[in-house]
Amino acid sequence: MRKVSEIVEFCQGLCEDLTFAAAREWKDAEPGRKVVGYMPVYVPRELIHAGGMLPLGILGGGDNLEVIHGDAYYQSYICRIPRSTVELAVTKRLDFVDGMLFPSICDVIRNLSGMWKMMFPEVYTRYFDVPQNYEDEIGGKYYQHELMELKQGLEGVCGRKIGDDDIRRSIDLYNENRRLVNAVYDFRTKEPWKAPSWEVYLLIRAGMVLPVEAHSQLIEEYLDAAEAEDRPMRDNCRIILQGSFCEQPPLNLIKSIELAGCYIVDDDYMLVTRWLLKDVPSDGDPIRNLAQAFIKHSTETAAKYEPDGARKGKYLIDAVRTRAAEGVIFAAPSFCDPALLDRPMLANALARENISYISFKYAENSGQMQPIREQAGTFADTIKLWGEA
Amino acid sequence: MSTATERDEVVKEPSMLKQKEMIADNYDRLTRAKELGLKVSSTYVPGNLNELVMCFDMLNNLPEINAIQNGMRKKSGGLIMDAEKMGHSEDVCTYVKADIGNMAKGAIAPNGKPMPVPDLLLLSYTGCFTFMKWFELLRDQYGCRTVMLHVPYEGDGKITQNMRDYVVKQIKEEVIPTFEEVSGIKFDIDRLRENLRKSAEAEDNFVWVLESAKNRPSPIDAYFGGVFYIGPIFTAFRGTQDAVDYYAILRKEIEGRLAAGEGPVTPEGDMTEEKYRLVVEGPPNWTSFRDFWKMFYDEGAVVVASTYTKVGGVYDYDGFRHDPDRPLESLADYCLGCYTNRNLPTRVDMIEGYIDQYQADGFLVNSIKSCNSFSAGQLMMMREVEKRTGKPAAFIETDLVDPRYFSPANVKNRLESYFQMIEQKRRGGGPPARAA
Repeated sequence: MRKVSEIVEFCQGLCEDLTFAAAREWKDAEPGRKVVGYMPVYVPRELIHAGGMLPLGILGGGDNLEVIHGDAYYQSYICRIPRSTVELAVTKRLDFVDGMLFPSICDVIRNLSGMWKMMFPEVYTRYFDVPQNYEDEIGGKYYQHELMELKQGLEGVCGRKIGDDDIRRSIDLYNENRRLVNAVYDFRTKEPWKAPSWEVYLLIRAGMVLPVEAHSQLIEEYLDAAEAEDRPMRDNCRIILQGSFCEQPPLNLIKSIELAGCYIVDDDYMLVTRWLLKDVPSDGDPIRNLAQAFIKHSTETAAKYEPDGARKGKYLIDAVRTRAAEGVIFAAPSFCDPALLDRPMLANALARENISYISFKYAENSGQMQPIREQAGTFADTIKLWGEA
Repeated sequence: MSTATERDEVVKEPSMLKQKEMIADNYDRLTRAKELGLKVSSTYVPGNLNELVMCFDMLNNLPEINAIQNGMRKKSGGLIMDAEKMGHSEDVCTYVKADIGNMAKGAIAPNGKPMPVPDLLLLSYTGCFTFMKWFELLRDQYGCRTVMLHVPYEGDGKITQNMRDYVVKQIKEEVIPTFEEVSGIKFDIDRLRENLRKSAEAEDNFVWVLESAKNRPSPIDAYFGGVFYIGPIFTAFRGTQDAVDYYAILRKEIEGRLAAGEGPVTPEGDMTEEKYRLVVEGPPNWTSFRDFWKMFYDEGAVVVASTYTKVGGVYDYDGFRHDPDRPLESLADYCLGCYTNRNLPTRVDMIEGYIDQYQADGFLVNSIKSCNSFSAGQLMMMREVEKRTGKPAAFIETDLVDPRYFSPANVKNRLESYFQMIEQKRRGGGPPARAA
């Protein structure tokens, strides 16, 4: 059995590899294999997998990528993830990707789908729209049709029909993966000193590159190794990190928050792995099941409309309660419309419940961590000194 | 023919006076809604369902227009800073912050009277993500009823039957029942048909006016003048007799200008010499609107087509008209077809077509900090248009209603360089001609 440090080192290697060697190796292992990239915040990876293809999460270029070409595509007031994604593409780091999905998250990612169509006409490119209406007969029906259209598009990429049984098998695998990801989050909630957030981040991030089967195995291995390791419990406060669902922070930012005295007991990184809140039934019509899961049992985030004003922010308050958190850190990327427009409403909801919070912004290439460490440290001290006993 | 007697005197044509009267009357009704026993719905310009709203005798209040009004009256800067002090990020849309800042100050309308609290927020989520959050923010403040109309994006550059069915179903099963409940008035489809018929009549004349810019000289400026021409059709008047009358008057005026070989009306009188014909992408700056316009007409630059005049509905590109024979379907197609709800390849095709059909000398992007829906991808659009048409393109950056992001010297400098570039291109890259 590998030690935690070995597993984490492996995951970090995957995270920092801007050539996507693991995905390339997977593709080259058998002739005819295809890779379909996707951006945050949610796509039904089950459909890609059911076509025998590798879903590849593209989360920007991080802090190790020098953006040269990408800046020529965007004004200074637009966030960094699209420019580093363009950089990855124009420098041919994504030249093995056969399809790209741009989910409905904001206008920047939406417009990037059109840019991709113009830049890479040979690549299957789809803006993946999801309903903001959650009625079965309205949004549900619309979404089922959208899923059928996506399936047909993916069939064009993989060169074969994607059968219902293929989808059912994939649903089972992703159900298992989701259960394991949730198990990691629960484990961290219970004993955060045994599962530092920067490790959890890397572990879940590995699932953006690895096939789901391999990722599930890796999580099981980590859980066993982390449980077995003895790590000292620190006198940290427990916080939830909110607003980082698209452009990713540098790893050092997560480490800095922890070093400043905060255990991160929940976050919204890589929501695609936890988007659906319940298992998707694998019997019956699989497309309908995926649609129903989205309509009825999907997570709350800024990219979704909340039809009931009274419930706005409730999911965050619930998370504070269930994760026994003592405060919330809003950490959003600069110029991130969904996170920054949502923040005042969430902050008001927290304030009404006397839950402490602070806010700061970052970019995926932020280098200076001292201000963040100071801010998070002061927040932790405040909670420890003046929080309710 | 129009003349200006003084530098600051804005010349008023009959159509302008008509529109001024319509706007004043609308604000008067809005601010006296309670007294008049009228219900108010707030909604957005793109994807607004004015014909439908009128079926319930409700007034239509448009928060973007209120923000523009405050921008043009130089009030938005303070309102935006107030909203930022309340916790709204400096990075987000300034329409939203101007609106929220205005609410905090009592939601004062341009006539100086307070706006009523809306009875209903009609969240037409069309072509702009911010819309969704904006009305969540307003709902948080007002605590009033909200009905969402989600309009899918034309990601593949076309309207599918699934998209149309989805929008129609929402109108039928969510929007109409909510309006019936709030207004207490039963929906009458014949009334909607009649409103749509009036819309189509006004739209015919509106398109004629826009297309008059194909003439040389162009009798209109389709950007700075264009924002006045879109006023009625984009806001609370589409589907009214007033809008029909306004566009008939406007058309008559433009016909007169065409016959007389006149250029566009500017705030300082008729534009005499048309030196540059431009196509412009992006909304204008509102806080320094007149100064911005002057930078163009002083140089003899006329905007012959603009994409901003398509943001509240595209009527020229593929001939869309509201259709009384397909009432709900045509409302759906209208929403789906608004400019920023179309994908980037379509936007580039449209602009390429305008440059060709309107014999433009160049393409200018006014990139707006606040508006990612327009702005994200514009640099690539610019290069693509330049590549396809061979016409010089330029890029300036301003904002909608935040005066901190309008730098007159920079903008003027760039525009002057751009006009020189067009001249140079005309000469085939040679040196300027010397005076004899």
